[in-house]
Amino acid sequence: MDSLQSYLVIAAILFSIGIYGVITRKNAIAILMGIELILNSANINFIAFNRFGGMENLDGHVFSIFVIVLAAAEAAVALAIVINLFKNIGSVDVDDADLLKG
Amino acid sequence: MADNLFILIAALVIASAFWVVFSPNLIHSAVSLLFTLFSTAGLYIFLYADFIAATQVVIYVGGILVLIIFGVMLTSKIETPSIAASSKNQFIGGMGAFAIFVIQAGIIFNTQWNIGDVQSRDATVANIGKLILNEYLLPFEIVSILLLAALMGSALLSRRT
Repeated sequence: MDSLQSYLVIAAILFSIGIYGVITRKNAIAILMGIELILNSANINFIAFNRFGGMENLDGHVFSIFVIVLAAAEAAVALAIVINLFKNIGSVDVDDADLLKG
Repeated sequence: MADNLFILIAALVIASAFWVVFSPNLIHSAVSLLFTLFSTAGLYIFLYADFIAATQVVIYVGGILVLIIFGVMLTSKIETPSIAASSKNQFIGGMGAFAIFVIQAGIIFNTQWNIGDVQSRDATVANIGKLILNEYLLPFEIVSILLLAALMGSALLSRRT
């Protein structure tokens, strides 16, 4: 059970669920949650390859720290944008955000 | 025993992730995301990544999830959750996600992975610190500047003018 493939399959399932959420959700914050799922699946892959690759070093851990930091920055900027969107058009539905269509 | 625990944690990750994308209520989605992130930290502990598991709990659960819940509370009307969280294109999205999963599973099971000696590890914190401050010093500084700029920019963006 504790093999590389099982972790990779879990990460693949998590990635597909995140893609589904990003495609189907209309609320901008729900799309953000889907992106968080995708970033988490990438992190699981980094750590799993670092554990099972037979390496002594910890480069995968450092990369997943970078991914977590980027996720924090992305969440902060995305929520600022969402709150501005709500201030401007009164909704966070991404279908309503067509102000640039003219 | 460890196998049962692993299966339990993996099932928790997947089931709560499903509820994140399928729940009609956004608050339920956010709380379900909490379970996903916590059980992902459990998976990291299975992979001997103690520092990453702690970072996951502190930053994702303590920071990002609180931000997301703030966003939900500030923007959507909680009394009418089904309108706020309604979704569309379920069929196309489901087909696309399933196709991506099938491709990934095919790659995972058809590749001869170069699996080395699986060994236990000591605590990883000291080695991660050495790596960050020696080999990865420049990316670390760049990502620090990026985080600072992103936080200042988001504060500027969401400020009341």
